[in-house]
Amino acid sequence: MTMRGETRLPPVFMPAHKAREMLAAREISAVELTQMVLDRIDEIDPQVNAFLQVTPDLAMSQAREADVRLRGIGAGDGPLTGIPLMIKDNISTNGVATTAGSRMLGGYVPPYDATVVELLQSDGAVIVGKGNLDEFAMGSSNENSAFSPVHNPWDTGRVPGGSSGGAAAAVAASMCFAALGSDTGGSIRQPAALCGVVGMKPTYGLVSRFGLIAFASSLDQIGPIAREVRDCADVLDVIARQDVRDSTSVKGPVDSYAKDLDLGVNGLRLGLPREYLVDGIEPGVRKAFESAASELESLGARVEETSLPLTDYALAVYYIIAPSEASANLARYDGFKYGFSENDASNSREVMDRTRGRGFGAEVKRRILLGAYALSAGYYDAYYKKAQQVRTLILREFQEAFEKFDALLTPTSPTVAFPMGSRVDDPLAMYLSDVCTVPANIAGLPGISVPAGFSGNMPVGLQVLGPQFGDATILRIAYAYEQATNWRFSHPVI
Amino acid sequence: MESLSASDVRHIAALARLELTDAEVEAMRSQLADILDRFRSLAEVPTEGVEQTGHWANIYSVTRTDQPERSFMRDEVVANAPDHDGEFFRVKPVLE
Repeated sequence: MTMRGETRLPPVFMPAHKAREMLAAREISAVELTQMVLDRIDEIDPQVNAFLQVTPDLAMSQAREADVRLRGIGAGDGPLTGIPLMIKDNISTNGVATTAGSRMLGGYVPPYDATVVELLQSDGAVIVGKGNLDEFAMGSSNENSAFSPVHNPWDTGRVPGGSSGGAAAAVAASMCFAALGSDTGGSIRQPAALCGVVGMKPTYGLVSRFGLIAFASSLDQIGPIAREVRDCADVLDVIARQDVRDSTSVKGPVDSYAKDLDLGVNGLRLGLPREYLVDGIEPGVRKAFESAASELESLGARVEETSLPLTDYALAVYYIIAPSEASANLARYDGFKYGFSENDASNSREVMDRTRGRGFGAEVKRRILLGAYALSAGYYDAYYKKAQQVRTLILREFQEAFEKFDALLTPTSPTVAFPMGSRVDDPLAMYLSDVCTVPANIAGLPGISVPAGFSGNMPVGLQVLGPQFGDATILRIAYAYEQATNWRFSHPVI
Repeated sequence: MESLSASDVRHIAALARLELTDAEVEAMRSQLADILDRFRSLAEVPTEGVEQTGHWANIYSVTRTDQPERSFMRDEVVANAPDHDGEFFRVKPVLE
């Protein structure tokens, strides 16, 4: 670990908003900045493997256009104009291969952009490539990528977390200023925590899912990963839009998430639900979490322990609902319309069986089977219906908690990044990595993970959860904590 | 719930249109049995009379004005297909 003084940082190590200030002051051009990032990717990514595809031609043409806009010509500029970003590879990019980390979509080139990609482009952002991920965003370590795993920049023998592991690792290793990830059960927040960066899952519905390759539609949400909280707020300001192409998208309550970041936490009521300090939590994680809570208290927040007893059932609810929805969403991969096809078959039924049997990896098959089982005759009431009922109770429990508290504080993950290979043969142990993050998806809540120190040499994340549409509040709490501490100046040496 | 058998796994795999090898059936059987066993704890939660939540906002029947707009052209749609004749997806026999 190195502590770099903020003023002497080479541009690629800066937070996005500082790079944006340099662009505005014409101290650097978007073309120069983009070239530095592309050089950094060439130098570092062979050790990290965060990118499934680098898009230098697209990036340079977008950077040239950004430079024009930064001179006040054309479409004008925004918070991300000229800023190099990565897009997780389950988010569709027109004309740029989008694989979702699966052999099933090898060679697939979407004929359209996801709404979030359109919004980034209309703000003048520069897309440097597509991020590696667990296949179809199913996993907590990135080891389920069909192409090859991502390495944690803090220790390349450890996982970066998942499923947005490529995005979090690229941001941590300064191969982009921010990234778009997706979070179905923690897939933005958990890798952000394990890689020592900031990751936010907005309230369900705040960001359009149009063009996101569907995993579990009632839980999936796109959100930002960046090195600082302000950068996440800037990205959210660009991508939070109601969209007619996503019927579950809604108009958010505020016009700008970056505007009120510095209101502080004085007088805010913060709850510490004791069920999140699970058995088996790593002592270093607990210690970092407790120090973070004390820090927020010293900044003027009223911190109080509380209890959310249904938390203990959230993992079961999640691992029934998410696979059930996945088994339906992934029915579209039939070997006929796009992507991989196993044509060594005598009829269409065999094409379908073999395409799916050979195109999907083990974890995806496991979840399809789990979902199909939970939805099948005879088991529906005991599993799927029961999980949807407990989901109602979990929602109510959170509603009651948010009558007493403005936000809840928890660790993001019970452990730091684990060694590669240590959990791949034990799906249940892997699922336990998500124990602190799945409740927010079940209830549609916004959650953010912000760096909160280290356990050993590995980063720890503090999670702040808010009520639905409490996005501005959790950003403000994360920002107050971030600014009061120096964790944001720590970069991995790679 | 009784534990999962290999034929249960084969039955679900057929429903899900997934060809599995014998080794996969056995691995999945034991892993799924462990996972389902862990989820049994849900039965402890009293849920009689509790409605189900599909997603938190429970939005129903969102409508919009029915206005024609540009959609994908046929060549864009079939461009990604493993097999097509420019107009239709080409598939193996469905009925034999």
